[in-house]
Amino acid sequence: MAIGVTTTPEKSKPSGSIINDPQVRGIFYQVITLVVLAAFVYWVADNTIENLKRANIASGYDFLNGRAGFDVGQSLIAYTSDSTYQSALVVGLLNTLLVAVCGIFTATIIGFAVGIGRLSHNWLIAKLSLAYVEIFRNIPPLLVIFFWYSGVLAILPQPRESAALPLNMFLNNRGLAFPKPIFGDGSLYTVLAFVLAIVASFLVARYARKKQEATGQRFPVLWTSLGLIIGLPLLTFLATGSPITFDVPIAGKFNLTGGSVIGPEFLSLFLALSFYTAAFIAEIVRAGIRGVSKGQTEAAHALGIRPGLTTRLVVVPQALRIIIPPLTSQYLNLTKNSSLAVAIGYADLVAVGGTILNQTGQSIEIVTIWIVVYLSLSLATSLFMNWFNARMALVER
Amino acid sequence: MSTHQATFVRASMIEASAPPVAEGGIVHWLRENLFATPKDTVLTIIGALALAWLLPPAIQWLFLDAAWTGGGRGVCATVAQGGSQPEGWSGACWAFVNAKLDQFVYGRYPLDERWRPTLVGILFILFLVPMAIPKVPYKGINAILLFAVLPLISLILLPGGWFGLTFVETPLWGGLMVTLILSFVGIAVSLPLGILLALGRRSHMPVIKMLCTAFIELVRGIPLITVLFMASVMLPLFLPQGVTFDKFLRALIGVSLFASAYMAEVVRGGLQAIPKGQYEGADSLGLSFWQKMNLIVLPQALKLVIPGIVNTFIGLFKDTSLVSIIGMFDLLGIVRFNFTDANWASSVTPISGLIFAGFIFWLFCFGMSRYSGFMERVLDTAHKR
Repeated sequence: MAIGVTTTPEKSKPSGSIINDPQVRGIFYQVITLVVLAAFVYWVADNTIENLKRANIASGYDFLNGRAGFDVGQSLIAYTSDSTYQSALVVGLLNTLLVAVCGIFTATIIGFAVGIGRLSHNWLIAKLSLAYVEIFRNIPPLLVIFFWYSGVLAILPQPRESAALPLNMFLNNRGLAFPKPIFGDGSLYTVLAFVLAIVASFLVARYARKKQEATGQRFPVLWTSLGLIIGLPLLTFLATGSPITFDVPIAGKFNLTGGSVIGPEFLSLFLALSFYTAAFIAEIVRAGIRGVSKGQTEAAHALGIRPGLTTRLVVVPQALRIIIPPLTSQYLNLTKNSSLAVAIGYADLVAVGGTILNQTGQSIEIVTIWIVVYLSLSLATSLFMNWFNARMALVER
Repeated sequence: MSTHQATFVRASMIEASAPPVAEGGIVHWLRENLFATPKDTVLTIIGALALAWLLPPAIQWLFLDAAWTGGGRGVCATVAQGGSQPEGWSGACWAFVNAKLDQFVYGRYPLDERWRPTLVGILFILFLVPMAIPKVPYKGINAILLFAVLPLISLILLPGGWFGLTFVETPLWGGLMVTLILSFVGIAVSLPLGILLALGRRSHMPVIKMLCTAFIELVRGIPLITVLFMASVMLPLFLPQGVTFDKFLRALIGVSLFASAYMAEVVRGGLQAIPKGQYEGADSLGLSFWQKMNLIVLPQALKLVIPGIVNTFIGLFKDTSLVSIIGMFDLLGIVRFNFTDANWASSVTPISGLIFAGFIFWLFCFGMSRYSGFMERVLDTAHKR
């Protein structure tokens, strides 16, 4: 019966009102959203202009050329309180980058060690790694920073009772003092030799790969590269007559003299970020290695490949493919968490920006600079990691 | 049927003999798990040495040498530092935590009015516990109680100012109370907002899609502390003169918006994992967009991403500690605030306070992650492979 129902062509179209046409509705919603947004932006801008006028703040970036008038604890470039706001911000940015790069380096090493430890057949190592991960993952990073800063580093001995470490280093509550290299004439050649050695190692690696693909013979890349990178600068260094000397810190009666000092602010931020992020990296590494199916290892063993080579040639390349995307976001998190520096007075971008903001009241400009810098850092890191990921990704035929 | 008893057949079973020593018992376990290979043995020894070097001093410091009771810095300082402990003493100063515990929970909330946060806390536990246990019925009423009635009661009780309750301004709030309020509101706002943003990002309408994507990527690209600075410094600029927001409310807005961007990405992952056939099936049944989402897609998608959602919750809970940087006294803030108390100033006070705060944070975060694992198993109704 129902088969016999006939519909006229007009009836199959949505009858009557255009209210029920999804396309029309979509356009309607979007127009409404745009109008509301435009009104909101206009309202906010109007209020802001009004407020700025009342507070007598000139908007624009001219203030960047003004004299900063404040000191920063640690700076990679020449900076005094007479420098401009602009150079203060550059100092802050460099400090952010410094702690982020150092933190990423250490966190990766600790994270990989702990992550592999969690998969160990050794019960004790696995449980210790588990305890590490569960403790650090569930504590706020800010608290870890304070723990190092006011809990551990603050109760280190006074400078005159500094704890001596190997390599002429000293540890006290003002930081870690270490020998400062002084670059004499001709030390440039050593640096050049170092760069040259790295380039040469790349070429060797490429040559070795070509050779193996062509003839099947393997070339000892690791040892050649190590020899190049260590040997070449060392030879140049000796040939040019040892131009680099060290300014060694000496424990005086009340204080240390000479050498360079890394402040407790940097140390605590660096240690906290490394330990905190390492817990997350460990879980990523564990998931990555577990993600490589057991058949792969067994097949490699069946082919007679030794366990070490199996790990290097079969498991790790496949695990890295799973590890890299989440690892990228952990690196980004570490970089963003480095902004917690403001809590302990390490002069990073946010801390310096905050000081300038308090001095000049240029809040919109400062916040814009923050956003632009952090967004570009995020973008740069993800671009690099995407490139790396593309190289590592499965080549499907 | 004759029962023939052959003499060479045993009449009873013999006792099972014990397994070889190498195949069972503690020796076997040790061999298998600690000393399987020479490398393992070395690792075990290193691990055991590290434990032996770390654990006894830690226990000694945390418990045995700790000062548990006392009324001032004297119990936590050596004689040379003006205290009563012998020279060379170092131990945790739990007396400090003990004396300040009320402040760590309530902040500087007036003493006479502390029954108000206590009452809210009790109601919170009363509503939360049945909500968290899957077997307890009446989830609908329970949800209304937890997410509508409780906030209303808190709004009346905590600030006061009406029904004869004295007004307690938010700068006086502090401690665990602030941490919990910030997290609860953050969680309650960020989940629905995150779902909306995720749906917006997957929308076919270009304007909506672009706006949601821009918001999510912008917020995810910058640190929370800049968002909080923005909320505390720039929000007053954006509003007309005379309109002021409470600092607490500003932090609340900042934290919630920040968490919702992360939540949106988690939810988007779940939405992407739902096969297209589910969307098309819902469409072919003639369901509207919201019916499709509420009845078909979201229940499946959210179930898939429970670990991600709870991770975001844990992150949010930890991130609330950042409000201490913009001058609010959450748990971490109030603990640090008390370091400046001259009555308790000693070299072990800060580390004791921080360990206590860390333990509280750890307890909540670890609890949440354990509960999420439990919920995953309960909700895992799919066919087992």
